[in-house]
Amino acid sequence: MSGKNDFIIPGCDKNGNLLGWRSIEIGGMVTEAGNSRTYETGSWRNEQPVWNADTCIDCMMCWLGCPDTAIITKEGHMAGIDYFKCKGCGICVEQCPTDPKSLTMLPEEEAKDLSLEEKIKTAFNKE
Amino acid sequence: MAKKLSFLNKLALNKESLEGGHRLCPGCGHSIIIRMVLNTALQEGYQPVMSNATGCLEVCTGLYPYSSWNIPWIHNAFENAAATISGAEAMYRSLSRRGKLDNDKIVFIAFGSDGGTYDIGLQALSGAAERGHRFLYVCDDNEAYQNTGNQRSSATPYGTRTTTSAVGAIDPIGKKQKRKEIVEIMGAHGIYAAQASPSHWMDLIKKVKKGLKQNGPAYLNVIQPCTTGWGYDPKDTINYAKLAVETCIWPLYEIENRRSKVNVKPKNKLPVEAYLKGQKRYAHLFTPQGKETLERIQKLTDERWEFLLEREKAGF
Amino acid sequence: MSKRVALSGNEAAAHAIRQINPDVIAAFPITPSTPIPMNVSQFIADGKMTTEFVTVESEHSAISACVGASASGGRVMTATSANGLALMFEILYIASGMRLPIVAPVVARALSGPLNIHGDFSDVYGVRESGWVELFCQDSQEFYDTIIQGVRIAETESVLTPVMPIADGFDISHTVENWYMEDDEAVKEFIGEYHPKFSLLDTKHPVTFGAWAPPDWYYENRRNQLEGLLSAYEATKKIDQEFGEKFGRSYGVIEKYRSDDAELIVVGMGAVSGTIKDAVDQMRENGVSAGFVRVKLFRPFPYKDVIDALKGAKAIGVFDRCISAGAQTAALCTDVRSAMYGNSTVPIINYTYGLGGRDTTVEHVKEVIEQLKDAAEGKTVSPVNYINLRA
Ligand code: SF4
Ligand code: SF4
Repeated sequence: MSGKNDFIIPGCDKNGNLLGWRSIEIGGMVTEAGNSRTYETGSWRNEQPVWNADTCIDCMMCWLGCPDTAIITKEGHMAGIDYFKCKGCGICVEQCPTDPKSLTMLPEEEAKDLSLEEKIKTAFNKE
Repeated sequence: MAKKLSFLNKLALNKESLEGGHRLCPGCGHSIIIRMVLNTALQEGYQPVMSNATGCLEVCTGLYPYSSWNIPWIHNAFENAAATISGAEAMYRSLSRRGKLDNDKIVFIAFGSDGGTYDIGLQALSGAAERGHRFLYVCDDNEAYQNTGNQRSSATPYGTRTTTSAVGAIDPIGKKQKRKEIVEIMGAHGIYAAQASPSHWMDLIKKVKKGLKQNGPAYLNVIQPCTTGWGYDPKDTINYAKLAVETCIWPLYEIENRRSKVNVKPKNKLPVEAYLKGQKRYAHLFTPQGKETLERIQKLTDERWEFLLEREKAGF
Repeated sequence: MSKRVALSGNEAAAHAIRQINPDVIAAFPITPSTPIPMNVSQFIADGKMTTEFVTVESEHSAISACVGASASGGRVMTATSANGLALMFEILYIASGMRLPIVAPVVARALSGPLNIHGDFSDVYGVRESGWVELFCQDSQEFYDTIIQGVRIAETESVLTPVMPIADGFDISHTVENWYMEDDEAVKEFIGEYHPKFSLLDTKHPVTFGAWAPPDWYYENRRNQLEGLLSAYEATKKIDQEFGEKFGRSYGVIEKYRSDDAELIVVGMGAVSGTIKDAVDQMRENGVSAGFVRVKLFRPFPYKDVIDALKGAKAIGVFDRCISAGAQTAALCTDVRSAMYGNSTVPIINYTYGLGGRDTTVEHVKEVIEQLKDAAEGKTVSPVNYINLRA
């Protein structure tokens, strides 16, 4: 499922088995707020945005427009892409106001085996 | 040295109320809008409690055993988001009055799409508004029942193709009725009612703040482009919202104390084609048979826009 | 000190609600339960209770607001009848599914069509699978007592399930009887404080109410929910007993009236019980071994107690104030037959009665008992009969 194993998968016991009817919380309650953060939606995408910090003006338009909270922020500033969540919609690229854009889409096939630095190089034709 | 924080940087300091990992379509307008609304509430120091009508946002963010919500959240049914929040708000007042709860930061937000708001949920919404509960109702208007696969609603505009207002060999039009003007209905309750767009986020945020400050109900109608139902490239969600405003198909206005104000008046009002073109639901308009419908849409749009301007000028 | 009062069943319910003084009530008027919210409104206006009263625009919104309010961590009540309960149908399942301890007195009435406003169990039978506890009362006193007990039953930790105390429309709701009203303080003490397990208003511990469950989770949730409802059996017994110790009245989950040694036993629920008891007395005077078993707790169905009470009978007649359309017998009879399966082979005969307020008299019941005698002797008796219906 998620690749990250530092949490208990919602609805599962420690060994990853789905809970039975006696073990679940009553009332269909989900008591762990925001536990969907453990669910990977990054696998949905065909393209991924790559961020060029050099030209970024930290306007946060990408953050504002992202439907998936996949823009990472550090103390309120743009800090990169969360590829575990990003669905590759491309809105962030559309919203980015800089010229040239500080975000660009790279096909997933091309990007998947690259390191972050390599991705940035490829996406922004850097030496 | 720490960089100076802009308005959006500050907004981004908040812990997101809506987590990622939800199952909304890539490029979905729902989460964009709801993030704007909830981050604004947090920014203002409020603690939002939310009720959500059945619909895309609900099924994609509350899928047992997962939840995308970092705030207290309840989904009851399709038609009763407003009634549900009115119960929560009544309990809040009761417990506060009885000294069992001390928290003046809580605000109540109910959220539905056009199906749960304009149609099946209208009675509950009207009731809750009339009773004067303190809550902000946000309608993400994607102009059809998208969760069940794009069936027409009373928010679907004239000339739109949906799966229950089909276009075919002998029907070149699609939906033959005009959309319901729900902001007028809600404004007629004597409450704050406004229309907004995620493309004009400063206007939207201002309206959210205003809505949350009301000592009673407030209604916000937000255009929510739907990549799947409307048929366009996911990257264009905010672009289409912007075009809707610039063509005056989606006027940004508000009604306060029964008086209206047009908040955004595009300097260069674009022809409706600019917005309609590229959406699959309007592809039939760009054929010889669709010409008449296209013209009628322009006419309806102009009439409505002129009416809003005239009314504002007249002071109502 | 309790005091003896002469008031209607609706007033009994309203006084119970006043004494419970719930945090929120959301209700909508409908005959014959309208006087309940009317009285509540007056009590609030008179400063006799401090509940937040949400005057909703429909029963659908009444129960929807109750769900929102109950999820927000306080005590919540509503009241309704007939079409109002039918309009709530969808949300009744959601309330029980969320394990919200709402208490909703229902004044049972016929469902349209044709429109009829009188006593009948069509409404409360119709929602018997909604996961609510259903408690049928025989008079105003019991309606009053059961509403108070209902709060405790619903809020019992192992139960946490909504409760519906039920009284027949008009027969109980609009009939003035003498009954005992307990002291406000004593009632308050009996029900105690409510401590919610989860609350929407606990913003420090945000929880999600009402996530949808896909096929790999719905089943487990429903089975888990059933456990709460089934726990209401023990809880009802225990709380009823405590109530008896404190106030001197208790009812059990069933009531056995001269049935221990009876050969011919009538089974029924609600207001008709008084009539049946009179008929049993008269038959006994004539040397007929008749008895009556009144089911108080209808959901969860107390099948063990029912088996125990009926296993010595030679013929059983079950009264249903409802037609379970298309079923072999109506709901109570079906439940009794199901309970007796493997425990008895005697005839179990269904008697439909009282639909839409139709009279059922002592004479009618005596005829039934005569018929049970025939059945016990091996004579052929129709398995389903309609009392006081013109042919
Ligand atoms: S591509 Fe879409 S999901 Fe990914 S970061 Fe950009 S806006 Fe967010
Ligand atoms: S939109 Fe572009 S410039 Fe603005 S913060 Fe995002 S990447 Fe940087």
